[in-house]
Parts: sequence; structure tokens; C-alpha cells
Amino acid sequence: MNSMIQKQIKEQIKDDRVVLYMKGNKSFPQCGFSARVVDILNKHNVDYQTHNVLTSADIRSGIKEYSSWPTIPQLYVDGTFIGGCDIICDMEQSGDLEKLLNQTTAG
Amino acid sequence: MMTQEAIIEKIKQAIPDAEVTLRDLTGTSDHWEALVISKQFHGKSKLEQHRVVFDALKEEMSGPIHALTLKTLTP
Repeated sequence: MNSMIQKQIKEQIKDDRVVLYMKGNKSFPQCGFSARVVDILNKHNVDYQTHNVLTSADIRSGIKEYSSWPTIPQLYVDGTFIGGCDIICDMEQSGDLEKLLNQTTAG
Repeated sequence: MMTQEAIIEKIKQAIPDAEVTLRDLTGTSDHWEALVISKQFHGKSKLEQHRVVFDALKEEMSGPIHALTLKTLTP
């Protein structure tokens, strides 16, 4: 991944607290897994930014390399990779996602 | 596209004690659901457990496997 893409990704996950790399967007998710994570996030009272990997092949491969995780969607909170659809579904059931999203970052 | 046996074989190469159950989600051999049970997952977060399986299938995930839904457990 070239450094420009890496820099762009780093900025994207820094610019917003909750960032979702997905196929499609909030209103029109274009894959079942992305749609499931959007549904889950919409239940929580949290703002989140999405990036449609279908509009940029560089971001689509770059984000997988950045997190060394081969699938989309990918959720980031406070700049940290949290997981894909399976992990987010597990965290939603266990209540860990609620705790994470409502955690106020220090400072 | 990939056969069930080939995927299981690849996972077991990386996780020798793994008990692997696969389900073809679409009947097209490229969207799979996998349950993987291994002692190797002890002490690992769910994210790390899944990453162990994805790393075992690194090449396949950028080719013949389009989607892989994972459940990981310790015995």
C-alpha cells in the first residue's frame, strides 16, 4: 500500500471517533455484512462516519493491509480496529459494543 | 471456488488441533461459514482468534473465498 493511501486512512480514522469502512453507505449498504453492522450501529445513539470501499480500489485493498484483516466491513473506534461483522455482532450480543461506544475518551 | 476439504486442510496446517465445521452459505463454494475449535485460542481475544484463522487462509481470502463467517471457540 502506498504511503499516500496509508496517510489517508490514518487521517480518516482520526477525524471521527467511530469510522466504518463498508460496501455502500448508511442509506444503501451494498452487502449483507455491511448492512448488518449499519443496523447495529444505528441502534446505538452514536454518530459514525462511513467510507464506501466500492468507490476506491486503493482504499478497499489498503484498509485490509492496514488492519491485516481480509474482509469488509471494518469498524474503527478511537483510531483502533475493532473488528468485522462477526466480531461486532458478538460484541453487540455481549454488551461490549455498548460499553465501548459510550466510553468517553479521556482528555 | 474451493472444496470444503481444501479449506479444512489449510486451517489445520496452521492450527493442527483444530476441529473445523464448514457450511457452504450459497452453494457456490465461495461463501462459507466456519466453526473452529482449538486450544490455541486460549487467552486470545475474539479478534485475535479470528485473525489466526484468516491468516491461515491469507491467499484464499483474496481469491476463491469471497466471504467467511467465523465462530471460534476453545474446547
